[in-house]
Amino acid sequence: MNTALKKLLYRILGISSTPKGAYNFRINGINEGRAEFGGIQIINKCDKPGLNIIVEPGVKGEVIHIPVLIDRSGFSDLVYNDFHIGENCDIKIIAGCGIHNDGVHATQHSGIHTFYIGKGSNVKYDEKHYGQGSGRGDKVLNPKTVIYLEEGGRMEMNSVQIEGVDETERITKAVLAEDASLITKELILTSGIQSARTDFKIELNGKNSSVSLVSRSVAKDKSKQYFYSVINGNNKCKGYSACDAIIMDQAMVKAVPDVTAKHVDAELIHEAAIGKIAGEQIIKLMSLGLSYEEAEEKIVAAFLS
Amino acid sequence: MLKLKNVNFKIKGDNEKEVNILRDINLTIASGSFVVITGPNGSGKSTLAKIIMGIEKVTGGQIFFEGSDITDADINERAKAGIGFAFQQPVHFKGMQVRDLLSLSVGKELDVEEACTFLSKVGLCAMDYIFRELDSRLSGGEMKRIEIAMLLARRVRLSIFDEPEAGIDLWSFQNLIQVFKRLREETQGSIVVISHQERILEIADRIIVIEDGCVVQDGSRNEVFPKLMLGVEACEFYGRSVNFEHGA
Repeated sequence: MNTALKKLLYRILGISSTPKGAYNFRINGINEGRAEFGGIQIINKCDKPGLNIIVEPGVKGEVIHIPVLIDRSGFSDLVYNDFHIGENCDIKIIAGCGIHNDGVHATQHSGIHTFYIGKGSNVKYDEKHYGQGSGRGDKVLNPKTVIYLEEGGRMEMNSVQIEGVDETERITKAVLAEDASLITKELILTSGIQSARTDFKIELNGKNSSVSLVSRSVAKDKSKQYFYSVINGNNKCKGYSACDAIIMDQAMVKAVPDVTAKHVDAELIHEAAIGKIAGEQIIKLMSLGLSYEEAEEKIVAAFLS
Repeated sequence: MLKLKNVNFKIKGDNEKEVNILRDINLTIASGSFVVITGPNGSGKSTLAKIIMGIEKVTGGQIFFEGSDITDADINERAKAGIGFAFQQPVHFKGMQVRDLLSLSVGKELDVEEACTFLSKVGLCAMDYIFRELDSRLSGGEMKRIEIAMLLARRVRLSIFDEPEAGIDLWSFQNLIQVFKRLREETQGSIVVISHQERILEIADRIIVIEDGCVVQDGSRNEVFPKLMLGVEACEFYGRSVNFEHGA
């Protein structure tokens, strides 16, 4: 792995070498390293690029790393990864994509991840996207996540994109059965002329199912952000959607939360707040000795933490 | 030492007409003193505190701190010079933890134990708060106590508290009096408190009364406090503008 790829790996997974446990490294469209571990199988798909990741029922405490790294300018990667999580598992999956582009052509990755989460299973899913490189070519990332949560299943999904991605369209769809719950937190920072679009569509089908969608974003310079969230309460359920955005410079942020109750016991809340950094926040931090710029930096960093 | 020389502050009111908020304020606050600035609502007390911190800039006059002219200095320059300010309405920060803000106050990364020490001083059960986010889930009273803890942590040469009693419960208020007593004993610096509260006035070395943007009384506690208490019924004091000289 060259220096650029190592840096990408570190930025998205926080590691510099092979991780412990099960993993699959996809580098420039090729599976370059794999390990199966403790009831976890990783199998190539036959009909299309991607993997079937199978976790046996009852597996607990394991971590699976599934990073995608690209350093070929102009390369376009499409991958379908399906995660089949058995019943009563408790696992963590760390994924993400890093693009290094020193060239003039756009480099793109579209990762379509589908989760089938068995009854009573608990999955924590962390996904980080990052772009780097000195080239003029765009770094484009379009992740699509589809989640099927069976009875009593729980998923916590944290996705972070805070640097270097020129264009992104993030789609998350989920269908929840009885007593299932989904918690997502998304952190996005855009700058320059970057654009980011987020689409959530959640179907709360099961009795006592619940979802919490929280998006925090900062739009700087002339960047653009669009946040769409649809929650359909089809049973007795609870749904919460919140989009908090800080807008700076000449940026643009659009938030469209959409909640629909189709059951009398569906409790759905949406909140969307877009605004600049409050003047009193800057004043407070300046009263502690920080310059205006340092105060702004601290506020943004905390907001996206 | 802090010195205000002919300080004026005007704003544009309705119809672009100038309104005097502070008029010809001349004050010297000696090092090590505990000064309470009081007066009716809208008299200019909080504005005066903000003028000292640099949050508002004077429209006339000069401010000196420790011998240096800080009239044109920015807020952060004054903070670095040794002036600290506890806001009347503490500010929320989404994503920032209590420990982060305490660390920024001190100027170094605090470990859990150090941060706990400061929170305990204001009667907060430290471990319950240290990793809490400074967002709207904290009550006004909790935010207020954290705000005071931040200023205690800074150990500055001039600490300004803008109505520290506002929004806190009785138990916290009693604790606050103890905090000021201890601060007074421990610090070498000056303490300026903007307050209406009799019990805070009682522990001052000096009381300055502001009315309609002017200093109308300035003297030792023994000199000013009896006049305030004898000459003016408390309800009048809090309820409407009162000329203290006439009341005395």
